[in-house]
Order: sequence, then C-alpha cells, then structure tokens
Amino acid sequence: MTLTISLPLTARTAAARVARRRAVLHWVAVHSLAVAAALFFLLPFVFVFLTSVMTDRQALTSELWPTQWQWGNYLKVWQTPGFLGWWRNTLVYAGLGTLLTVVSSVPVAYALAKFRFRGRNLALMAVISMMMLPPQVTVVPMYLFWAKQLHLTGTLWPLIIPMAFGDAFSIFLLRQFLLTIPKEYIEAARIDGCGDLRTLLRVVLPMARPAIAAVALFQFFYCWNDYFGPQIYASENEGAWTLSYGLESFKGAHHTNWNLTMAATLLVMAPVIVLFFFAQKAFIEGVTLTGVKG
Amino acid sequence: MALHSSVLLRRKHRRETARTLAFLSPWLIGFGVFFAYPLVSTVYFSFMKYDGFTAPVFTGLKNWDYVFNHYPFFWQGLRNTLWLVVVMVALRVVFGLGIGLLITKLRTGTGFFRTAFYLPYLAPPVAATMAFAFLLNPGTGPVNHLLGDLGLPQPGWFTDPSWSKPALTMLAMWGVGDLMVIFMAALLDVPKEQYEAAELDGAGPWQRFRYVTFPNISPIVMFAVVTGVIQTMQYYTQAIVAGKVASGVIGGSGQQFEPGYPHGSTWTLPQMVYSLGFQRFDTGSACVVALVLFAISMAFTSLLLRRGAGFVSNED
Repeated sequence: MTLTISLPLTARTAAARVARRRAVLHWVAVHSLAVAAALFFLLPFVFVFLTSVMTDRQALTSELWPTQWQWGNYLKVWQTPGFLGWWRNTLVYAGLGTLLTVVSSVPVAYALAKFRFRGRNLALMAVISMMMLPPQVTVVPMYLFWAKQLHLTGTLWPLIIPMAFGDAFSIFLLRQFLLTIPKEYIEAARIDGCGDLRTLLRVVLPMARPAIAAVALFQFFYCWNDYFGPQIYASENEGAWTLSYGLESFKGAHHTNWNLTMAATLLVMAPVIVLFFFAQKAFIEGVTLTGVKG
Repeated sequence: MALHSSVLLRRKHRRETARTLAFLSPWLIGFGVFFAYPLVSTVYFSFMKYDGFTAPVFTGLKNWDYVFNHYPFFWQGLRNTLWLVVVMVALRVVFGLGIGLLITKLRTGTGFFRTAFYLPYLAPPVAATMAFAFLLNPGTGPVNHLLGDLGLPQPGWFTDPSWSKPALTMLAMWGVGDLMVIFMAALLDVPKEQYEAAELDGAGPWQRFRYVTFPNISPIVMFAVVTGVIQTMQYYTQAIVAGKVASGVIGGSGQQFEPGYPHGSTWTLPQMVYSLGFQRFDTGSACVVALVLFAISMAFTSLLLRRGAGFVSNED
C-alpha cells in the first residue's frame, strides 16, 4: 500500500533512505555515548574548579555553584608558606631526573637494539624484570644505604642520583623505537668512517627524536607524580618536600577548607596538563610504543 | 695467513666487547647497585631482627612466622590486593577497550573526545585522589548531592569499608586514558578487508567483534591484563592518600596514620612494607612482605615474557 502511494521512489532510493536513516541513528547513538563518557571524565575537573573558587563557608556545604567567585583563593594557596619551595624542589627533581635518565639510557638502549653480543637476550630480560619490580621490594636496604652510608636522606638526591644509571622503562621504550631504524643507515655511517659514538650522536639520535621526547616526558611526569619516593627519602625534612608530598599535608593544615585544597590540587595538575597540550604527539606515540610490538 | 686473520678477528672481537660494555655501563652499574644488591640485602634482612639503630641479630624464620601467622594485617592486605587485581584490572581493561572502540567509531569531534578521555590519566595520583576524596565526600561532596537529587542511595565511599575499594576502582577507571590509547592503536591496525569479508558473510556487529576484532587485538588485551596486574601489585599512593584524607589523619607532627582506613579495607602489600619498615622500624618483617611482593610480581613478569614473543621482539 505505502509503496504505491510513494510511487516516485524507486526501490533503490528507498533502500538508500533506510541506509541513511540508519547511519544517522548510528551517529546519534555513538555520539551520545561519547558525550556521556566525556561527562564522566570531565565533570570531576569542573566540580573541583567550581569548589576552588567558593568562599570558605560555602565550600562546607554541598552546593554546586559558587555564589561568590573567590579568585583570591588561588593567591592564598600560592602564598601558603612552603608552597613555592615545593615547586622549586619538584622542578629540580623532575628536571635533573629527566636529563640524567635520557643521557644514561640512550646508549644502553642503542646497544641492546643494534649491537650483537652474547647475553643480549639475558640483558633485555633483566631490563624488563627491573621495569616490573615494585619499588617497595628494594626500598628498605636502599633507605639504609642512603641514610647510613651516604647520609643523604632528607634531600632529593637519593631519588635523583639513581637516574644517572639508566632507567629500565626508558631503556625498554627507546630500544623498541631504535629497532625500527633500518640498519642500513648505521652501516652507511660506519662506511663513511664514523665511530660508534659518532654514529649514535650524528645519525641515530636525530632519527630517534620522537622517542627521546616521549621518554623525557614520561620521566618528567613520573618525577612530578612520584609520591612514594619523596615520602620515604624527603619527608623528614620539610625543606625537601615536593608538590605531590606537600599537597597532602596542605590538606592537613587546612583540613576544613576544601576550596583551598581544591585550588592547590588544580595548581599541581596544571603544569602536567599544559605540558601535554604542547607535546601531545610525543606523548601518544610513547604510550603506543610500549603497548605495541617494536 | 690464516693465523694472521684469526689474530685480527680476535682483536676485533675484543674491541667489540669493550665497546658493548662501554655502552651498557651506566645500566650495568645501576643493575648491580639498585637491583641486585638491595634484593640480596632484602633476603638477608628478612632473617634478621633489626630496628635500624642497634646491630642486626640473626633470628632465623622468626620474621616469616610473624608476618604469616601473627601480623594482623597480612592476609587481609593480601586479600585486598587480590580483590583490586581482579576487579580493578578487569574493569579497567573492559572499560579502556570500550572507550577505545567508541573513539574509533566517532565521526566528529574525535580530537575533543580523545583529549577529554585522556586528560584524567595525566592528573598526578595524589591530586586525583584528593579530588576524588572531595567529590565522594559523603556529607558535602557533589556526587552524593547529585545522587540525593535523583533519589538514589548515598554511599559512604572512602569512609565505608564495603565501598572504599569500589571507590578506588572508580578512580582507576577515571584514569584509563593510557589503555584507551593502546587499544585505539591496536584497533586501527585491524585489516579492513577482514571486516569487509565478515560483512559479506552476513556477520552482525557482535560477530564482527567476536571473530574479527578480538582475535586481532587479543595480544594487546593480554599485554594490558598482565601489565595491569603488575601495576596493581604496586598499588600504593591512591590507597594511602584516600585513607588519610577520608580519616582526617594527615601526617605532620604527633599523629601517625595507620594505613588501611576504614577498618583495614584499603591495606595493600606495598603499604605494609612502608608501615612495618618506616613506621614500626621492624625492618625484618618489612623485608618478608617485600619478598612476597617480589615473588608475585616476578611470576607475572615471567608470564609476560613467556607470552611476550609479540611484545619483545628480538630482530634488528
């Protein structure tokens, strides 16, 4: 019946219309799901932000929207004694740690990827075991070593110095990337009379720039986020606290002030998120490199 | 002539060995000083009574007996850790895969959604935990406010022993961005022809997933599960910070926070190492727990290496 009414439609255009309607429905379904998921991921940031600009009194209620926007909360957090020191310490830890990790891990990764030698597989297995080792397994003797032999606890050096001796995760990630560089480039450099070090610095490093950027970012984030390390080695000296460790004590000092605590929380998150927007590509590449075979 | 070339060859071999050692040296030192030495020491201290001040005394298996039979939290902590390993890893992998699939199906706004899903992964764990402790605060948190408006029950979250682990799991799912990226890359690598062939055979969406998508990405799923298990064995920061904030006992002078709040429901093995070694100065027992943690982690690492032909290729 209906077919005879809509006579101008051929069977083909009817099918096309059904297909198109289906595509539109599919689009709507998929995108509503995406919006729902985005709410789950983004709403926490929104609520944290809204609370961070509430008055002290309103932050104690369960109201969601600030009645008065207290931008001064951020200034108050900034001026809390110690806060600037935590920033400086975190930057020193993350900056020096990242630099040392890259410098010491690149040659190791290069040897593991491109040299042929006996025990290479064993060395690789050892790198992976070290990568998977929970830091708590070795922390007791390591603490005693830094405290009794070197008297360096209460500083960040027990966290920074080990990074001058290669980081297992960075070595693994760099190696995965270096495997993808064709050996013809390296052979060509050798034929041109380059030594191993020159080949690494002049030929391999420029090609490995994306992987090095990823490793540097990961290490920076690792140091920035590290809580266990500073808690073990630096907690006894307030002058050596980092943001991650200090943030929680900040909550202790202002234990009723959720607004200030949330402002501090956002200030600790901000640099990481800003850095991500500048280096998105390197970061995503790094994550996929570790998950997908080299 | 033959003798001459073999001398040359030997010399070349020696030079290559020296060069390899030179390149590997930072890590060889690191492996000895930061892995082998402390691991052997951990075993040594596990048989010693040592408070960090007076000289260590050999006590045989006493620390082992204490941890397994008398330390009140060990089995509870192990059970909690296993709960987290099973539930947290499973939900993170399923959710991460779901979000990864979703993003590959999007036609518009892909960049926005990918960034939105990824951002929480970047939040420092302490900051993320503090944020969740606030959001899930039973009295004043916005989540219970919204649940109340909808007429739904309002759980105690981090203050209720039966809700504390689910709350931690939710926090872990919020930071699923790393898995999303890994799965997204794997999903985009599935050959298109296989989907076309399946469609010609009349396969529906579920069958396409079951017989095309999943077999292609199963090595990555396996990788995500095993690395997830190893990461969860190390679960520390979120559990301890959530407990501190929810209980209101935060470090500093005088008060000392006993991990596991509420009612031991968030004890994990790594926190035990901290509590025994650095709060109670019972070095020997801390080392016993550390070795248990080591044994379990290495068991899963070897699983990764065995199944790992795909993850750790040896060709150059």
